[in-house]
Amino acid sequence: MSTTTETPQKLRTRKPLTAGVIAKNLTALVLAVVFVFPVYWMFSSSLKPQHEIMTKDPVFVFTPTFENYTTATGVDLFWTYVQNSLAVTLGAVLLALLVALAASFAIARMKFKGRKGIVLVVMLAQMAPWEVMVIAMYMISRENDMLNSIPMLTLIYFVMVLPFTIWTLRGFIAAVPVELEEAAQIDGCTRGQAFRKVIFPLLAPGLMSTSLFGFITAWNEFAMVLMLNKDRESQTLTRWLTEFQTAFGSDWGATMAASTLFSLPVLIVFLFLQRKAVGGMTAGAVKG
Amino acid sequence: MTVDSQGTASAAPQDAPGRAAGKSQTPPSPSGSKEVLQPSRGRRSLPSGLLPYLLVAPALLSMAVLLLYPLIRNVMLSFQQLNRKEFITRETVWIGVDNYTDLLSDSQFWTVVVRSVVFTAVNVALIMAIGTGVGLLLNRLGKKMRLVLSLSLMLAWAMPIIASVTVFRWLFDEQFGVVNWLMRTLGFSGYEQHNWFETGFSTLVIILILLVWGSVPFVALNMYAALTTVGSELYEAAKMDGASGWRTFWSVVFPNLKSFFMITTFLEIIWIFKAFAQVYAMNQGGPDRGSETLPVFAYIEGVGQFHYGVAAAISVLTIVMLIAVMSFYFRLILKQEEEL
Repeated sequence: MSTTTETPQKLRTRKPLTAGVIAKNLTALVLAVVFVFPVYWMFSSSLKPQHEIMTKDPVFVFTPTFENYTTATGVDLFWTYVQNSLAVTLGAVLLALLVALAASFAIARMKFKGRKGIVLVVMLAQMAPWEVMVIAMYMISRENDMLNSIPMLTLIYFVMVLPFTIWTLRGFIAAVPVELEEAAQIDGCTRGQAFRKVIFPLLAPGLMSTSLFGFITAWNEFAMVLMLNKDRESQTLTRWLTEFQTAFGSDWGATMAASTLFSLPVLIVFLFLQRKAVGGMTAGAVKG
Repeated sequence: MTVDSQGTASAAPQDAPGRAAGKSQTPPSPSGSKEVLQPSRGRRSLPSGLLPYLLVAPALLSMAVLLLYPLIRNVMLSFQQLNRKEFITRETVWIGVDNYTDLLSDSQFWTVVVRSVVFTAVNVALIMAIGTGVGLLLNRLGKKMRLVLSLSLMLAWAMPIIASVTVFRWLFDEQFGVVNWLMRTLGFSGYEQHNWFETGFSTLVIILILLVWGSVPFVALNMYAALTTVGSELYEAAKMDGASGWRTFWSVVFPNLKSFFMITTFLEIIWIFKAFAQVYAMNQGGPDRGSETLPVFAYIEGVGQFHYGVAAAISVLTIVMLIAVMSFYFRLILKQEEEL
């Protein structure tokens, strides 16, 4: 290739500070600040001593303290909430992965009567307005003595995340070339072995991103637990988040500490997985 | 749920846009040679027999028991008189369509319906416009700035809904909120102890800001991912033809990402329309029930006012409205399914 065509291109990509470039970057910077500010404010408030939270003019420079965290984690039943949240979330996600893996494999790879109908059902279920069904759920749980029950809550969360899990995993499975599976079968694997040894490892990014979204859903759930689990012993961390706001006023420091702790697992997992998940998706798309 | 956007919440099906993106750039077939050998379809028609049914059975069964059955019960409840008394004595009193006729002739119900529809429309329009803008910007930024912006978008996206509602209430706190301070600093008077939750309208504005803040990252980051699948040659060509930014967007970007826009818009409509935690946790639908949207209205009528039957009827009507909106979305996806 001749250098004459190369040069203008290069010049264009590293164009120095024109008004357009400055405006572009400035907009991006402002947007970044706007989007990150609530997260930053939550975190910084959580580290402020009480008297620096209760000020009309916010304090930006302060000596961090963990007193809010001590208050937040020191409440009655904190560890029960943690246990319950972990149990329902992990239980729901694992169950959903297991059930969805089977279903999505069938949908992505097999031809059978009613396949399209099942796809439609999964789509419909994905749109289910769970929040508006709390009353029916309450009646059913009450009739079956399942109020204040962790297993019941787990099952509900499981079905909440199931359609989405099937839908997404199906996409990931479809992205794995059938040839790989066939090659394994030619080499003497059974269908099941081919799945375990060839497809499953390739699905890792898909499994991670689907379980992340399932995790967020279940971790976040609010309406069901509010309605079905009124006993404090059977509640989750969402209840704990509201514990520091009473009729007598709010302990904002402790609330922000609790919010930070509540968000932390999701933030960490999200940042850690995001690249892999997206990378996996694009890889899948490129492979076709 | 509520994988609702941020999260559940709703969390957030990456699926649909991802698929859309994948589709737009991937023509058919894995490998050419294979295509010759096996001209049928990508999907194997294997000696399946019962196997696929066994594989989908657990999923279908659990959805039938835990989703379909409650849905049916919900419809049944909507035809019953079920207030506090019947609730405690566990009586079943059938009253036909009374709950529905009461609701449909109640002006409060219609106020809430109109409010929900307008709220959803404004919200989704803002989310799509800003999200698209930010996505386009991401595509044109340098590497470093892009990382900074996408990182902050991800942080906003990953924040759990309940935590973000709590944080927004703190930002807009009457006494110690940073927003009041900011308004004062910018020179606006009257923000000494401004109560942002004083009216239903202002409460809804705060919820709107929260929803836009939480939903834009999903649209923007997926938009950016989808944009990278549009060949840069197309841009170059448009630029050479002297097309303006708008022109390039409408004649190059938009047609290429049409299915991305369609699917994302519909997902957002559904998520925003049925958003519960954000609205309820912000101010319990108050003040004076002035910030209730349909799901919150149903919850407060039922749980707060002990009108369980009426609440069930509200939720049935909500579902009917959702289905009306969704039917379009379904047709879209089913069409894609055929092309698979």
